[in-house]
This record gives sequence, C-alpha cells and structure tokens, in this order.
Amino acid sequence: MSLLAVDRLDVRHGLLHAVREVSFAVDEGEIVALVGANGAGKSTLLRAIAGAHLPSGGGIAFDGADITSMRAYNRVAQGIALVPEGRRLFGGMSVEENLKAAMRVGRRGYWTLDKVMELFPMLSARRDALAGNLSGGERQAAAIGRALMTNPRLLLLDEVSLGLAPVVIEQLYRSMRNVLQGGATLILVEQELTRALSVATRVMCMLEGRIVLDGPAEAMSRDQIVDAYFGLHRAARGRA
Amino acid sequence: MIEAPKFSVERWTRESAVFGIVVAVVVLALAVTPLLAGANVVDKLTTLFVYVILAAMWNALAGYAGLVSVGQQAFFGIGAYFAIRLAAEGFPAYPSLLAGAVGAALLAVPVSFFMLRLKGGEFSIGMWVLAEALHLLVNLDPLIQGETGTSMISLNAYTHAERLATNYWLSLGSMLALLGVIFVLLRSPFGASVQAIRDDEEAAASIGVKVLAAKRTVFILAAFGCALAGVLWLATSVTFQPKTNFGVQWTAYMILMALVGGLGTFEGPILGAVFFFFVQNEFGENGVWYMAGLGVVAILFALFLPRGLWGEIEARTGLRLLPVGYRLRLPQAPARRPGE
Amino acid sequence: MSLVNLFAQGVLLGGYYALLACGLSLMFGVMRIINLAHGDLAILAAFLVFSISDAFGLSPFLSLVAVLPIMAAVGWALQRGILERSLRSGMLVPLLATFGLSIALQNLLFEAYGADTRSLGDMIGDLVFDSYEVTSQFSVSYLAALIFALAAAVLGGLSLFLKYTSLGRAIRATAEDPDTAELVGINARAVYAVAAAIAVATVALAGTMLAMRATFDPYSGPMQLIFAFEAVVIGGIGSLWGTLIGGIVLGLAQSIGAAFDPKWFLLAGHLTFLVVLALRLFRDWARARGGLRSSLGLRG
Repeated sequence: MSLLAVDRLDVRHGLLHAVREVSFAVDEGEIVALVGANGAGKSTLLRAIAGAHLPSGGGIAFDGADITSMRAYNRVAQGIALVPEGRRLFGGMSVEENLKAAMRVGRRGYWTLDKVMELFPMLSARRDALAGNLSGGERQAAAIGRALMTNPRLLLLDEVSLGLAPVVIEQLYRSMRNVLQGGATLILVEQELTRALSVATRVMCMLEGRIVLDGPAEAMSRDQIVDAYFGLHRAARGRA
Repeated sequence: MIEAPKFSVERWTRESAVFGIVVAVVVLALAVTPLLAGANVVDKLTTLFVYVILAAMWNALAGYAGLVSVGQQAFFGIGAYFAIRLAAEGFPAYPSLLAGAVGAALLAVPVSFFMLRLKGGEFSIGMWVLAEALHLLVNLDPLIQGETGTSMISLNAYTHAERLATNYWLSLGSMLALLGVIFVLLRSPFGASVQAIRDDEEAAASIGVKVLAAKRTVFILAAFGCALAGVLWLATSVTFQPKTNFGVQWTAYMILMALVGGLGTFEGPILGAVFFFFVQNEFGENGVWYMAGLGVVAILFALFLPRGLWGEIEARTGLRLLPVGYRLRLPQAPARRPGE
Repeated sequence: MSLVNLFAQGVLLGGYYALLACGLSLMFGVMRIINLAHGDLAILAAFLVFSISDAFGLSPFLSLVAVLPIMAAVGWALQRGILERSLRSGMLVPLLATFGLSIALQNLLFEAYGADTRSLGDMIGDLVFDSYEVTSQFSVSYLAALIFALAAAVLGGLSLFLKYTSLGRAIRATAEDPDTAELVGINARAVYAVAAAIAVATVALAGTMLAMRATFDPYSGPMQLIFAFEAVVIGGIGSLWGTLIGGIVLGLAQSIGAAFDPKWFLLAGHLTFLVVLALRLFRDWARARGGLRSSLGLRG
C-alpha cells in the first residue's frame, strides 16, 4: 500500500485552477523531485497534501486512510510535515522555541532537539537568536529542522534553494543527505534540476496544474524533463 | 493555439438602468412628501435620512478606505456644538447649523494628520478617545453647563411646521448629495485607489496610489457627513446634550447599519439604515428588551449573514443595481466582480 | 493631598487598569480581535460574584473562586461559538459580534438586576477602607495594594506561562502565524479558545476588584473598555508588561488631573492617551529621518 495516494485532486486559488485532476502515489522511502515552471501548481499541490489548502475535488489518502478533509494539524499528527515556501518561521521566537513549538504534536522518533542541532550546526550556534534575525541559509535550516521535530513519515519541501547562495544550498543538501538516509519519504520542489536529480529517486513534472511527466530519476534524460517543463512535447505533437 | 475566452467589461447593466429610473421616481416622490403627508411621516423620514447618512459615512470609511473608527460621534457632536455656539453668538439658526458641519470638517483636517498615522486598533480606539475628550471639553463650556446641555433657541423663530419641512428637505438634500458624492467618487479612479488601499495598502502604494492623501479625503468627507447628520439631528431635537450627541451609541448604530446592510457595497448602508429604522420604529418602545434583541440580531448577522443583507443578495444573484464597479462578463459564467 | 500620596494612589489605580487591560491585550495580541464587550464581561463577573455572595452569604473572594472558571468557560464558548466563525468573514465582523454581545449583556443585566448601582464593598468588611499608614503624609489602602499585587502576579504569571510552557509557545506561534502553526501540528482553533478563556478569566477578576473598590451598574462596561484600551495602547500593543506601564501612566494621569479638579479625572486620562500617541508618532517620524537627535537638530 502506498504511503501517499492522491486521486484526481483539484485545487483552486479563487478563479485560478491551480491543480487539475492530479493523481499519483508515493511509496515509503521514495524521494520525489517535483519540478515545473513557476505557477505550475507545485506549491499548491504540496499545501493541499499538507492540509493548508482545501481541495475542490478529488481525494488524498495517507497510509490508507482518507485525509482529504482532515485539518492540517491532524495531518502533522499522522506524520505529514511541510516546510513551506518562504520558510515561514515564527520571527518573534528564538530558533530553539521555533523547534520546540513543533514538539507540541508529540510525535516521538529519531529527531529530537539535540539531533536537529547536530544536523545543522549553524543552528546550534544561533539557538537563542530570534528567528527573524537569521540569515537566509539559517532560516531554511531552521524551517527544515522545525518540520523534522514532528518526526514525519512524509516530508514535503517547498523551494529549499530559493533565494540562497550556492554554497549555502550545497551545505543544506549535504545535511539533507543525513535526513534522506534516515529513511524518510520526501517530495521535494526544487528549481535547480541538477540538484533535484542528484537526490531524487523519481521525477514528476508539472505544467499548468497537471502532471506531464512521472518516472524513475535514473531513467530520465535532462532533455525529456526540459521538454516536459516547457510543454514542448505538446508543441511537437501539434506540429507533427 | 489557446483560444482567449470572449469576455466583455461593462459598467451599466440592464438592471442598473432600470433601477436608475426607479431611483429618480423615488427621489421625486420623497421631495414632494412634506406637501402631502402628515407631520409624523415627515419627521420619521427625516430620521431615516439621517440614519442613511451615518451608515453611508461609516461604510465609506470602513468598507472603502479600510478605516474602522469607533469614534465618529466626535464629529456628530462637535458639529452640533459649533452650531449651537454660533447660534448663541447671534448667528441665524440654519446657517449656524451648516457652519457647524463645515467647522467640524475643518477640525477633521488637523485631526487626520494625527489619527491617520495610527494603525488598526490604535486608530479605532484613538477615535473613540478623541470623541470622549471632545465631549469632556465641550462640557467645560459654561454655555453647555456640563451634561445638562442647552437648546438651540433660535430655532424657535420658525414655526413647528416650517422647521419640520425645512429639516426634511435639508436632510433629504444632504443625504442625496452625500450619496451622490460617494457614487461619483467610487466610479472615478479615486474610488479604485481607495478600495485598493483597503485591500492592500502596501501594494497600492507600490503602484503609486497616494495612500495618505486618499485616506485623508475619505476621512474628511466622513467627518463632514457625520457632522451634517449631527446638526440635522440638532435641528430636529432642538436640544444639545453632550451625553446624547457625543454618545458612542451613534457609532454603534453606524456599525450595525453598515454591517447589517453590507459593508463595502453602495446599496448596503441604505438597506442597513432602512432595516435599523424599521426595527427602531417597530420595537423601540420595548426599551431594554429591544436593545438586548438588537444585540442578539447583531450577533446573528455576524454569524450567519456576515456579508450583510445586500452582500448576500449580491453574492447569490450577482445583482448589481448601481453601477459603481466594473463587471466582467465571461461566456457561460455568471458575471463576477474581478478578483472574486 | 501630598505629592507622594498622589503618586501612590495613581500607581495603585494603575494596577487595577493593568489587571483590567491584560485580557484585552491578550485577545488583541493573539487574535487581533477588538472585543467591544470586554468591559461588559467584567461587569457580568461582578454581578455573578454579587449573586453568589448574596445567595450563599459567602465572601466575594470565595464566590470569585467559583466565578473564575465559569467566566473562563464563557470566554472559551465566546471564542468557539461566535468569534471563531466571525473571524472567517474578516477582521470587521467580530466587531459587529462583540458589539452585539456588549449591548445584549448590558440590557440583559439590567433586566436581571435593575438599574441600581451596587458595590461589593459592603461585603468585604473592613478591607474596603483599611489602609496602612506609611507616613503621616500618605497611606496605602490595603485593597488597592492587593489589586496591584494581583495585577503584577497575573501579568507575571502570564508572561512566564507564555515564555516557558508548551501551550504558551503554541499561543505565541499561533499569534504570529496561525496557518504555519497548524502546519507544525498546533491546533490553532483550540489555542485561540484557550487564549480567550484566559482573557475573560482575568477580566472577571478585574471586574470583581472594581466592584469591591468602587461601584458598578449594568451600563458600566463601556467606560471600563475605554480605560482598558487606553492602558493597552499607552503601554504599547503586544507587550504584557507594557500594559502594566500603560495602566500606571493612565492611573497617574487621572489622579493628577483629579487633584486639580475632580472634573478633570477622565479628561486627563484621555489627553494623556492622545499625547502619548503623538509622542510615539513623533519618535517614529524622527527615526525615519535618521534618528531622534538629528531630527531635533542636535549634533552627534
């Protein structure tokens, strides 16, 4: 049984139909790179899975149970954690307090405050600093750490590299290798294709709210992905 | 090739054109009412017009400019105070009333420089404190004698019938003028700016909207409107009592009317005023139970009809009677306001 | 009245205002709700304490023990039943709801208890007038001192609670960003309900204290609301200790005003509020122009 099963999901943003009839399943241990142009619907999809956005159609099942109308905090209790786009740390609280806030859901597991500090040594040094005063890389680390504190079974990462310097991104991904080895299941939205392909076991490409490419990462060529990304395969079909 | 959907942008709909004619007829009917109806009707309608002014002003502030003021009674009272002071100095009654309202609007200018820099809750309560401060300052005037108040004696120069009719026409005229000003403003680029500010101040500023100037305009207009309502009230009641004229219940009524009618719509405050007027008339006699009931009604509206009467009608039927906005008519879809 | 006495009275009065304002500060800080029924809830509590004391011949302090949890439950129900739903429709709708509640409460209390002004002062024996004579120049009323101590305890306790407990952290996180709080497993709705319960319980305490040291009637609510708001705004929205300072400044202003002329009591408070706001605006304006010193034309 798949860990996550999404069935013909429809999500709207006001008049905008952001996610159109999306169906896919993710098994435990998979690392899915979700790629696509801006506005393709990637963030909305992740937010819908996490419960931050209610769908207008279709369903989501987690570990066999229907969670379509479950409130976000309950989904966290079930083991889904989202690192939101823009990090969204609690700026008026310290790094440590941000991490502790995520302990409230009470999911026990590998990740504790100490383990997260070990994973991201930069955070350990800044544990009492207000989250609002952190640098971009520190914030991203804190956001990931905060999600890890809930000991999720499914970790959703939205735009990890956005706005960060390459050396910082490198550092983050190196730290994430440890996360990945912990046996977590990940769905990772990442603009940098190379980066995404280096960690992923599977690639899904979204275009205008639909999934246009879905397959194992090693079997995929860059060209294939780029075509899907820009919708060139459709144009090619039209021309032929 | 993607086919662009065929859409059209329109201002006047068939409904609004028809409604425009209806409005013209109603206004004519109202204008001749004092010549036909009894004193009671005239008096009651005058009250209704004052309510409409108040509701429209609070709606303009909160519904269009995003300024939630819990202290509009400041202008309601100070306009009347200025009027009574002028009258006491010997100026003729009706010009004093008008001057009082204008005076209040002038006072609103420096007040706006201060108050408009306050944010959210600070602004709301700040206005209330200002009203209380003005109330207490007015109390200190020996003419007013603390809470006792005084009467606008110069109004007695007119007969009761004359006063009744004059007040009626002044109220009707004020109401139509103020509604007219709002209507015109809303249809203008200024109206779009103001609503942009309400929705997202920073975004509006970033596209060049002069936020502070726009807010100030609405603030002064609302101050003038409330002051006008205040002097009209004085004209009908003749007595000026600080507790009544500066009472926070005026803002309470404004909030009730604007929100029950439908905030941010043009027709809403009119509907809210009519509703309040009707309720006040039917049940006002029951004193305490009436007031408690009014409170419960407010809660029920907040829970079940948060968009207000007109807001609900608009949302469900897409009916727009007065053409203050633009309508996007998409093929197959019912016309929706852009951004809904 | 000596200057020291005046100062002491003002500060102690400020303690009452801080206690009164603390719940408002919490509700506004966490949920951005302006609770127009705040004062009326204080009065409701006072009436409940009165009824229980009257019916069972208990001291108001004992009745308070029963009334506090009742009022906490009222706060919880208010949030879950009315405010939560109102908030979904935007920031303005709770204004309508709390205004409705305020009017309904005032008039229902009038129906139940009549127009008479009452006081719990005659139920607490000598405490209502006993004072400690510090010097021949000034004495401190035990009741006023008790209220101040309660205010400090409540504010202190609340601060510690918010800073060091898991629920406190959850409240702070939700206050900052309710959507993200939900994403880390915090039930935002439950948190709001708890904050409301705490807020109403503290205002119940304040209302009872008001009833002991002064008089009250069904329509006393709005005046208390305005005092609470002035205290919160003077002290700075968002800071609990600021509320204590705000209360003290208000209490002092009013007392000093009253010393000149009893008529000036309220006006002094209102004018102080406006002056503090003006000063704050000036400071912000100056900051935007490169600092207070350079704006005032002072060098380095």
